[in-house]
Amino acid sequence: MSIKILEKKILADVLGSKIVQIKVPAKDVAAYAKAGQFIVLMVAEEGERIPLTIAGVDKDKTAITIIFQEAGLTTRLLGKLEPGDSLYALAGPLGHPTEIGENEDVFIIGGGVGIAEIYPVACAFKAKGNRVTTILGARTKELLILEEELKKVSDNFYITTDDGTYGQKGFVTDVLKNLLAAKKPCNLVYAVGPIPMMRKVSETTKPFSVKTLVSLNALMVDATGMCGCCRVSVGGKTRFSCVDGPEFDAHEVDWDELIKRNKIYCDKEQHICKLSFK
Amino acid sequence: MRKEPVKIKEVEAPVRSGNFEEVILGYSEEEALREAARCLQCKNPLCSSGCPVGIDIKTFIHKITQKDYAGACSTIRQKNNFPSICGRVCPAEYQCRKACVLTKRGERFATPEAINIHFLERFAGDYGMNNPANRQSGAKCIDAKAKKVAIVGSGPAGICCAGELARAGIKVVVYEGLHKLGGVLRYGIPPFRLPRNILDYEIESLKKMGVDFVPNFIVGRNKSVDELLKEFSAVFLGLGAGIPSFLGIKGENLCNIYSANEFLTRVNLMSAYKFPKAHTPVNIGKSMVIIGGGNTAMDAARCALRLQKMNGLNPDTTVLYRRSEVELPARRLEIEHAKEEGIKFKLLVKPEEFLGDEKGFVRKLRCLQCELGEPDASGRRKPIEIPGSGFEVDCDIAVVAIGLNANEILTKVTPALKVDKYGDVVVDENTMETSIKNVFAGGDIVGGEGTVIEAMGMAKRAAKSIIEKLCNQR
Repeated sequence: MSIKILEKKILADVLGSKIVQIKVPAKDVAAYAKAGQFIVLMVAEEGERIPLTIAGVDKDKTAITIIFQEAGLTTRLLGKLEPGDSLYALAGPLGHPTEIGENEDVFIIGGGVGIAEIYPVACAFKAKGNRVTTILGARTKELLILEEELKKVSDNFYITTDDGTYGQKGFVTDVLKNLLAAKKPCNLVYAVGPIPMMRKVSETTKPFSVKTLVSLNALMVDATGMCGCCRVSVGGKTRFSCVDGPEFDAHEVDWDELIKRNKIYCDKEQHICKLSFK
Repeated sequence: MRKEPVKIKEVEAPVRSGNFEEVILGYSEEEALREAARCLQCKNPLCSSGCPVGIDIKTFIHKITQKDYAGACSTIRQKNNFPSICGRVCPAEYQCRKACVLTKRGERFATPEAINIHFLERFAGDYGMNNPANRQSGAKCIDAKAKKVAIVGSGPAGICCAGELARAGIKVVVYEGLHKLGGVLRYGIPPFRLPRNILDYEIESLKKMGVDFVPNFIVGRNKSVDELLKEFSAVFLGLGAGIPSFLGIKGENLCNIYSANEFLTRVNLMSAYKFPKAHTPVNIGKSMVIIGGGNTAMDAARCALRLQKMNGLNPDTTVLYRRSEVELPARRLEIEHAKEEGIKFKLLVKPEEFLGDEKGFVRKLRCLQCELGEPDASGRRKPIEIPGSGFEVDCDIAVVAIGLNANEILTKVTPALKVDKYGDVVVDENTMETSIKNVFAGGDIVGGEGTVIEAMGMAKRAAKSIIEKLCNQR
C-alpha cells in the first residue's frame, strides 16, 4: 500500500525554521487514533524511523495530519516531499492516549512546533466539557501556528513571543505563573514544547502543587517497546517513552538526563546533514 | 577406522570481521557427500529425537548420499519449512548433534565426532532454494476460500505457522508491526549469520504460496484480537519476547548504553553499519563492552567489533559474563567464531556501576569478580561476588544483552488472554490454544526466550491444531 501525501501546507518559514503540515492516508491509524498519540514514519527504505505526533484525523477517518519542524535529516527530507510523493512506512497509533477528565480547569501550553501536539488534546478536553485555558509561545510572530484553531476550543487564550512581535513579550511561563499566582482554578497543566520550556513549566507549577503532564520527545527506533532507546527516568524509575508514555508527570522527570540522551547522535546528525544538504 | 568429520569452509577471521558478509560458506557437493557418508544410518536413530520439529534426519542424509538432493530437501521440508534458515541458526550441539550416536556421551554439548547435521541441512536447503522447481506445494485439505487465519508477528513462529497453514490450503494473513518482515531473524540475527537473501527467499516463497503479509500493522493498536476473530476463523500469536531487560545498576541510562535489541535493531534492521548511506546512526567506541553470554551477546559483540574495524578503530570488544565459559548459553560455534575474530572474554564478572563524563556519556564500568557456588534453579552454578574484588574497565559503548521479557503491547489490551507472572501467554501445551477460543500462540511469547527451531516446533503444533479444528468445522 503506498502512502501518498495528499496535501501539504507550509505553516511557517522564517529565521531558518520551517514548520510543515502534511495529510497522509492512514485508515488503520485514523480509525484508532486518540489525542496524545503518535505515529512512527520512514521517508525512504534507507531512512530512519522517527516518531511524530498525530495532529489530527480527518472526518471520514481515512487520513491523518502530521505537523513537523524541519530540523534533522529525516524531517528535512520529509519537508522536501510534495503531494503525490510517497512515504516508505507509517505505523501507529503509538503511546498512551491522553486521559481526558470531565468538568475540570485545564491549562494547555504549547511552545513552537509543540503547539501541533496540544491541538488535538485541547480539542479532546473541550469536547468533554472542560474549561480550557491555552497559552501559546513562539520565538516570533511568524512562527506561531494553529492560532485560530486553538482559539476556537479555548475559554481563555494567551499568546507570548520571545521577541514581543505578537501577544505578550516573554515566555509562556510568565503567563502561567501570573494565572497560578492569581489563584485561577487549575486542575491540570498540560505542556508540550522544547525541553527547556517543558522544564520551566514544571518548575513554575511545582510550588503551586498543580498536576503537570508533559509529552516527551525522546529518541526512538522501533517505538513499540522493543529497544529501550527512549528510556527516561521518571520518579527514579526507568520508563520507556514509547510504551509507558509519551506523557509523564513533569515534576518527576529527570530533565538533565533527557537533555543529555537527546544529544547522543548530535555529531552523526550534523555529519549526515552536511553530506545531504551541501 | 572412522572417517574424520568434514570441516566447514569459513571466511578467515581477519577478513570476515571487517564486513557483514556471511561467515560460513557451506559444504560443496563433494564435502556434503563425504560428511553424509559418515552417517551410520542407525537402525533406531536417536538424532531425530533431538530435533524440536522431528526432522527425519536419517532419511535426508541417506538421500544426500544417493545424490538425491532435492529429495533430501523435501524430506526436511516435510517437518521444517526453512532448512536454509535452521541450518544456519540452530544450536545443533544442544539438539540433533547431541543426540547423534557418534557423539561422546556425558558431555554438555555434542563432540566433534557427531555428524554435522546442521551443515548437511543447510546444504540440502540451499540446494532446494537454488533449484526451486522441486518445491512441493503440499496437499490441500480444505477449501481455501472458506477459512482464513490471521497470524500476528512475522518472526520464526509466525512464518512457520503461516507455511504449515498455507500448505494445507488455508488462506493466511500475517501482520507485522515493523516495516520489514522476519521478526528477530531480521532485526536480531546479523546478516553475517543469516544473509538477508535467504530470509527474503523464504518469505517470497510463502507469498508465492498465497500468504499475505501486512507490515506496519500493530495488532492491539490497529485491529484488536476480537476484531481479527470476526474476520478470521483463527488467530495465531507469534509476538516474540520483545522488551529488553536492563541490569538495574547505577548509571545505566548514560548515553551510549544500549540494550542488545536497540544495538542490533539499529545495525541489522536499520543497516546502521551502512551509515550515512543508511540514515540510522549507531555509535561506535574505542572500548566496546557487551554484557551477557547468550547468542544475542555474541551477535552484538561480533557486530561491535566489525563496526570498530570498518571505522578504522583498533578492535577492542569485550564480552563480560558472570559465570564461567562452560555456562555461556550461546552456541559453541558463535563463541568460537567470536574468539577467532578477536573478541575478548572476561568471565566471572558482575557489573556494578556505569561511570560517565560531564556530558552524560559512559566512560567506565565498575565490576566485581565472582566465583562459582552451588547450582541454582537453572542447574548452573551460581556466581557469587568476591568482596573487595572491585575493578574498572574502560567502556565508551556498552550493550546490555541479558535477556528479554514479554512484549505487552497486545496482551495488555486483551484482558481475556491469560498470561503468567512473566507476562507470557498461557497455552494448552498440546494444542497451543490460549484462554481465548480459536486464538493460538507459540514462540518466545509462550515459553520465554528460546531458539528459532523451538519457536517453529510450537508453531507447528499450533498449526496442526488449527488445521484439525478448521477441517472438523467444515
